[in-house]
Amino acid sequence: MSDSNTVTVDPFEEERPKETHFHARMAVLNIRENWAAWNGYKLANYFYDAEYEYFCVRNGCGTYDICGMQKYFVTGKDAEAMLNRMVTRDISEMNIDRVTYLVWCTDEGRLIDDGTVFKLGHEHFMLTCGSPSLAWLEKSCYGFKDVSIVDMSEGIAALALQGPTSCEVLKKMGLKDIDTLKPFGIKHFPFGASQDKPLMVSRTGFTGDLGYELWIKPELALKMWDSLYDAGEDYHIQPFGEAALNMARMEAGFIMPLMEFNEALKTIHFRHDHTPFQLNLDWLVDFKKPHFNGRAALLREKHDGPEYTLVKLDIEGNKPAEECNVYSDKGCENEIGYVTSAMWSPVVKANIALAMVKTKYLKGEIWAEIYYNKELRSYTKVSRCTVKEKPFWTHSRSRATPPLPY
Amino acid sequence: MNQYDAIVIGAGHNGLTNAAYLAKAGLEVLVVEKNDYIGGAAVSRELHEGWIYSSCSYVCSMMRQAIHRDLNLTKHGLILVPYLGNVAFGDNGETLVGYTDEEANYNALRKISPHDADAMFRLHADLARYAQLIRKTLLRTPPDPTSFRPRDVNELLWFAKQFWGLGEKELYEYIRFFTMSAADYLEDYLENDLIKATMASAGIIGTALGVYSPGSAYILLHHVMGDVDGNIGAWGLARGGMGAISQSLAGALQESGGEIRLNAGVRKILVKKQKAVGVVLENGDELYANIVVSNLDAKRTFTQCMDEDDLPPGIFKKAKNFKIRGSSGKVNIALSGLPKFNGVPNNRYVNRGGQAFVGSLETMERAYDDWKHGCWSKDPFIESVIPSAWDPTVAPPGKHWMSNFVQYCPAELADGPWTPEKRNTFGQIIVDKIERYSPGFRELIVHMEVRTPHEIEAEVGLTEGNIFQGELTIDQLLFNRPFPGYAQYRMPVKNMYMCGSSTHPGGGVSSACGANAAREILMDLRLGNTVPDDDFYDE
Amino acid sequence: MSSYDTIIIGAGHNGMVCACYLARRGQKVLLLEAANEIGGLAAKREFFPEFQVSVAHSISHFSAKVAKELNLESHGFINPSCSLPTVGLNRNGEHVVLAHDEGGAASLSGVSEKDLASFKNYQTLMYRYAAMLKPFWGTVLPRIGVSGISKAMTYAKLGLKLRLLGKSDMREFMRIAMLPARDLMDEYFDNDLLKALLSWDALIGSKMAPRSPNGPVVSLLYRMGGDFEGAHYLPENGIESLIYSLRSVAEASGVETRTNFPVEKILIQRNESGLKVEGVTMPDGEIITATRVVSSADPHRTFIDLVGVENLEIQFANRIRRLRSEGYVAKLHLALHGEPKFNGLAGPEGRMIIAPTMDTIEFAYDDAKYGEFSRQPVMEVIVPTRYQSELAPPGKHVISAHVMYVPKMLKSKWSVDAREEIKNKTIDLLAQYSPGLKNLIAHAEFLTPEDIESNFRVTGGNWHHADHVIDQMFMMRPTYEAAQYSTPVPGLFLCGAGCHPGGDLMGAAGHNAAHEILKS
Repeated sequence: MSDSNTVTVDPFEEERPKETHFHARMAVLNIRENWAAWNGYKLANYFYDAEYEYFCVRNGCGTYDICGMQKYFVTGKDAEAMLNRMVTRDISEMNIDRVTYLVWCTDEGRLIDDGTVFKLGHEHFMLTCGSPSLAWLEKSCYGFKDVSIVDMSEGIAALALQGPTSCEVLKKMGLKDIDTLKPFGIKHFPFGASQDKPLMVSRTGFTGDLGYELWIKPELALKMWDSLYDAGEDYHIQPFGEAALNMARMEAGFIMPLMEFNEALKTIHFRHDHTPFQLNLDWLVDFKKPHFNGRAALLREKHDGPEYTLVKLDIEGNKPAEECNVYSDKGCENEIGYVTSAMWSPVVKANIALAMVKTKYLKGEIWAEIYYNKELRSYTKVSRCTVKEKPFWTHSRSRATPPLPY
Repeated sequence: MNQYDAIVIGAGHNGLTNAAYLAKAGLEVLVVEKNDYIGGAAVSRELHEGWIYSSCSYVCSMMRQAIHRDLNLTKHGLILVPYLGNVAFGDNGETLVGYTDEEANYNALRKISPHDADAMFRLHADLARYAQLIRKTLLRTPPDPTSFRPRDVNELLWFAKQFWGLGEKELYEYIRFFTMSAADYLEDYLENDLIKATMASAGIIGTALGVYSPGSAYILLHHVMGDVDGNIGAWGLARGGMGAISQSLAGALQESGGEIRLNAGVRKILVKKQKAVGVVLENGDELYANIVVSNLDAKRTFTQCMDEDDLPPGIFKKAKNFKIRGSSGKVNIALSGLPKFNGVPNNRYVNRGGQAFVGSLETMERAYDDWKHGCWSKDPFIESVIPSAWDPTVAPPGKHWMSNFVQYCPAELADGPWTPEKRNTFGQIIVDKIERYSPGFRELIVHMEVRTPHEIEAEVGLTEGNIFQGELTIDQLLFNRPFPGYAQYRMPVKNMYMCGSSTHPGGGVSSACGANAAREILMDLRLGNTVPDDDFYDE
Repeated sequence: MSSYDTIIIGAGHNGMVCACYLARRGQKVLLLEAANEIGGLAAKREFFPEFQVSVAHSISHFSAKVAKELNLESHGFINPSCSLPTVGLNRNGEHVVLAHDEGGAASLSGVSEKDLASFKNYQTLMYRYAAMLKPFWGTVLPRIGVSGISKAMTYAKLGLKLRLLGKSDMREFMRIAMLPARDLMDEYFDNDLLKALLSWDALIGSKMAPRSPNGPVVSLLYRMGGDFEGAHYLPENGIESLIYSLRSVAEASGVETRTNFPVEKILIQRNESGLKVEGVTMPDGEIITATRVVSSADPHRTFIDLVGVENLEIQFANRIRRLRSEGYVAKLHLALHGEPKFNGLAGPEGRMIIAPTMDTIEFAYDDAKYGEFSRQPVMEVIVPTRYQSELAPPGKHVISAHVMYVPKMLKSKWSVDAREEIKNKTIDLLAQYSPGLKNLIAHAEFLTPEDIESNFRVTGGNWHHADHVIDQMFMMRPTYEAAQYSTPVPGLFLCGAGCHPGGDLMGAAGHNAAHEILKS
């Protein structure tokens, strides 16, 4: 029976981006109303000022909403075997309460996605990744008798806390012995009235600096936010959005899907996807471990060497080399690759970029043809690029336990 | 005047396209049309005062934009607008709204099946890959694989190169896709039946195959390979109805000096000394031309408009065996208001798309089983759209019309010929089905026109009312279309050509058949080519 | 612990053929069979005391090359002088009979003059096509994307053969190869019985019906490549003589055969350079090592059960999972007190087909595709005791029938009652053509595809291991990653019906696999 007196339903409800578990707090702080989207969720592009937020991460600390990240529980007797066959890194030696960064590939050794595996128990893992992977996970399970996948993407609230003061904030929040947590370690803490340690903290992140990620039940999400912000007030805590994250991760040399790589399963042309070797991720491919997907193809790739290699470029001048090609000559006649991400690094004061360059040209000269705009007029500039081996920015405190003082 | 350079039989969109390009090359062209209006199956007709129905074809996705641009169809009144999403209805009242926005679409799918929401990205990438390949062939003449002429050999090599460009693995995947059933193919990707059924439904539109019949995956592609402004898979509406396409083509034709004669059905194609020399009209008038082009389907052209004696041996039989099966009906309904559907958000955008009453894979397959038994589907698949929700010119203000394409409806019934009573019963099944998803729908009906294959054949002239002018199965595709050895638009009788959907690339309002035929004719006449090359967004 | 050059899993006819070829080239071969008896679906078995039958009840195209090279004739596998007639049964006794005399000339009775004339044209054309394709069934079809003169030659030869048909026949081939059986028959004939009879061999064994395009005509041409141009026949000493002769050749060549020996797992060694097959393990943990393992089991059983997904790629494992290999043919075996009489037939001669029209076949399929019983099944019936009286006690007889379409996945699940119901229904239908049949029945056995799966270890109970459909044939059989008899696991090969060229008692898969193995 239709009832005209009922509350009016939003006819666009299904279409609107979903709100994350922290949305109520973030909406208040999002002065600029500048929203992007991530896996169907609303996610701030920035809250107040992208560069300011970026400096908060480098200077104090910032929070980044990772509710939109996909999280899957992989459980059962065969969970480890199934995951180990799917990913290129060996997870059989992992200890409980450890996290590892890894990638997985197609049968042909093309990169599907990168992500992290959390070992939460002997037969209990959590896989997180940037975009939906359920279909591939379920395909990967086929033939294993005791393994189940539960999509926890909506069932866990997650927040990244990144920056030099992040450990202090957590200490002040009352997380006992947080400073003993090693990089890629996990600890569980009591929170609120609950005694069963509902708050999980991992020392992980995507900014190249000291940082943590906090995982909690959705019903405690806002409470956690509040106590974090209470504790962080004196340590310059600030929410940051996608724009600032992108700056920080580029300086740290981390790759991003749809920037540095296309997900192989979602790529139309087979030449437009990548292997881990092209992305400098050979350290993630372990040929000593038991059989894993794409192994034979990756072994061939290792032997032949990748056609392209991802490199970090320091580019002369100050015009970011966004969306441009690189050449082996100043005349820009021999194209040897393309820039995947580029920016002016505010902290290093350098014009930096990540680029895919044909491996055989890496030793020679590299020139970028940069396009930029001045008061509606477009200009081109050819700048010399230098390959950098180390990340543009990194800090020893991010690896030390306990973390070095801010 | 009764002497022309070329006579084109049938003022459907391909006939008009063909004539326009011939006229553009300087030929004196006459298009003869049996009806008192042009357009064939691409028409806008006012069958109830104030309402303009696209009474046959209702959606446009394959129209070659190179032709649109080249013939300046916009100047002649054509505006094509993409659909905004679509809604699919399942048997148990479940709905799936497809949105054009990727995030919204993902969330909608995820509500039904998180697995499929993910898998859909992969499916779309794979379909896009196949579509990109097949679309390259649309504005090209199929090579003759038995020929050693340089042109055929080169064209075969071109085809081989395109396929090879996919990479070895994709080559196999492509062969699989090309020969499998839509249901089996989708089984590799999806798990939710409503989502599978929604995707598979494109595999049966206009064809006498079911979702489980091998070969239906290709037909799925035929329906999703179109692009409106670079959006692969997008379907579009023509402002003012599908007749706007025909009118604009006629405009382009007349601008180049071409002529159209209405009420001029062709009784027979005149053949002298194994050469086509003209046509005899129904009224007995004889018209002569150096070139005769038939836009009629292959079966009708050879078995009704020609004498068996005028044809080389075997052709008549080939034409009789040409598979052109009536399997679809069309119900056009004028409405006093916009219908509301159960489970569909009541917002201004959702109605701008299509409605697909898919039920489930099994429901669609059972609908096909009914057809095999010589009756219309008791629970048919209906593919609908309400053009008036976007187009203000096709219904009075505040009023609407709904186009309902119905699968399946046989051309010949097991229990004797079609009668008006049977037609009405068929129409009521459609209304009943829509009413199940839109309570109150029946009360909105102002006028209704029901077309079975019988009516479509009688009015448009398509044999059995087959919308593709011949089934799109491998035995009738590419160099096999319409018959092996005659796929290059030249017919067995000299100076005679075909330009309808019975030729490559087949059905759909694409203008490609007509344009390809014009290119071949001009080549034979040693005149400069006026037909443009295709252009693609993905190159 | 013993070591072999090659271990072959499964002593079906393909496994045995492969074993013979390898052993004759000096390999030390061990042939393992899980059942008590060798022979797989061609094995003779007692289904009722003193009544014997084999699941495969006739041969249409056993490879002449294999028979000759292995000299099977001298071991007792002897072609008969004449093939079996095929009879399209009509309830009123007005049958259509297609027979071949000793010279191979076809005669067709019970049809109009017009159909007779069409049949001549049909036969001539189809034999041309069948003859063109014939050499390729016994050839390894290489990958299409790989260069190399010798590999390209196979396809160049095919192209040449196609071209040598002449323009018109070549064009016609490219048109009809993908036609549904129904369209092909409708183009030639009027008689419903004849059409159903001729389309039978295009369809049986796969999930295909007369209206299904893309596969049946190729399947038909495949079967027409036999010694009797597609006509079915019984070897002089029965179907089992194939198995016995192969056993005899195998023994003579030094193949070691063990029955009652189910393989638990294929043993795979992993090291830094990849995987390598080492041998097999038995349920009791015994390990037998070998340089290579060749499996004549179906692809699903081989890869998913014996290799294990942990050694396979993900997409590949899922491809194997999705192979269309659901059986739709059941087997009816009747032990009879006397010879069954069929309306209008002097004796129960030849291969009798109960399918009045192509629609009957189509509608029987329609029920089964939803997992239901066919309301009116269709079948192929042979009375083997007519040709081999020793299969039953004197004066007694056996009926063997392939019944379509019986789904492996019955919606209401297989049970004793369900099997009984379909069995009785089938017997009722058969009795309409053979009045008095029911009084003769001493025992009836009905093997559903599920029974065939469990009794004969064939996934889906599908005789072909994977349907004969274009996307699962040629260089894509069973799937392109494992189509040249070698597999993604080094040292593991396939040699069963799940590889090119496909199912039926043919031996070409075993032959081709051996050829490929000996080359490497």
